[in-house]
Amino acid sequence: MFSLSGKIALVTGASGGIGAAIARQLHALGATVVLSGTREAALKELADSLGARAHIAVANLSDASEADGLVAKAEAVAGAPLDILVNNAGLTRDTLAIRMKDSDWSQVMTVDLESPFRLARAALKGMLRRRAGRIISIASVVGTTGNAGQANYAAAKAGIVGMSKSLAQEAGPRGVTVNVVAPGFIETPMTDVLSEGIREKLVGSIPLGRMGNPDDVAAAVVYLASDEAAWVTGTTLHVNGGMAMV
Amino acid sequence: MSDIADKVKKIVVEHLGVEESKVTPEASFIDDLGADSLDTVELVMAFEEAFSVEIPEDAAEKIATVKDAIDYIEKQKAA
Repeated sequence: MFSLSGKIALVTGASGGIGAAIARQLHALGATVVLSGTREAALKELADSLGARAHIAVANLSDASEADGLVAKAEAVAGAPLDILVNNAGLTRDTLAIRMKDSDWSQVMTVDLESPFRLARAALKGMLRRRAGRIISIASVVGTTGNAGQANYAAAKAGIVGMSKSLAQEAGPRGVTVNVVAPGFIETPMTDVLSEGIREKLVGSIPLGRMGNPDDVAAAVVYLASDEAAWVTGTTLHVNGGMAMV
Repeated sequence: MSDIADKVKKIVVEHLGVEESKVTPEASFIDDLGADSLDTVELVMAFEEAFSVEIPEDAAEKIATVKDAIDYIEKQKAA
């Protein structure tokens, strides 16, 4: 099917469930992957399991200068310019708005919205010049539907969509595409903590009758990263089992 | 021709891939040298980097020709 042979891809949040699946699938199709995250040991373990064409670049994306410098760092370890940026890193600070602290809001904004912009800005400089590139950001279904307890997260993820549409318009004339993948409920350590009752109710709201898995999300990323997706830009691909048809 | 003018010309040739003979002082980036709006932004960023100057958005908008760029940078450097 798709080939990413010879492409350099940077995946942020690569030590997480979805990020690791994205990195594995990009790598399986021939890409050289640069795994980024804060947990060096987990990144190393993933890189070792992938073997050749896997590098790591530790970065804390809540730090503006580390976010600004990550693309250059990734290109240095990979030894070639970046073809594919996957903005996957994110965090949640869930609580009802009336209890939400300023820091809950700003931490989510910094990591989930501002750092993807910083990375995209850095990546675009080279991509525009080379007239090729793919930027794919992972948002969430809650960016479209909203979710009680996630005003900060939903706002950041909706922001990703508006940002990506704008960047898609700016970069389009150079053949660079900018898209979003919006997962629904995915089996990860983050959702493992849900009680059985809540889980059943959730699955009941999904027409395809199951929670998603990280590979469901990764497959969508792979498509958008491929040469075959050259005429798709500014779009949001919802991967949610039909839970929200938007 | 000043050093600045030389350097500006070189950057324009490099970024737009045009022949050096076409990069006259009066040449307009968009009308004569085939630049689009993204090219002009990239050019301004290249000037900023090459000359260690900051070109604010409102000044950048007024830089339409090779001479505009040279004049602006010379003024910044003299200040």
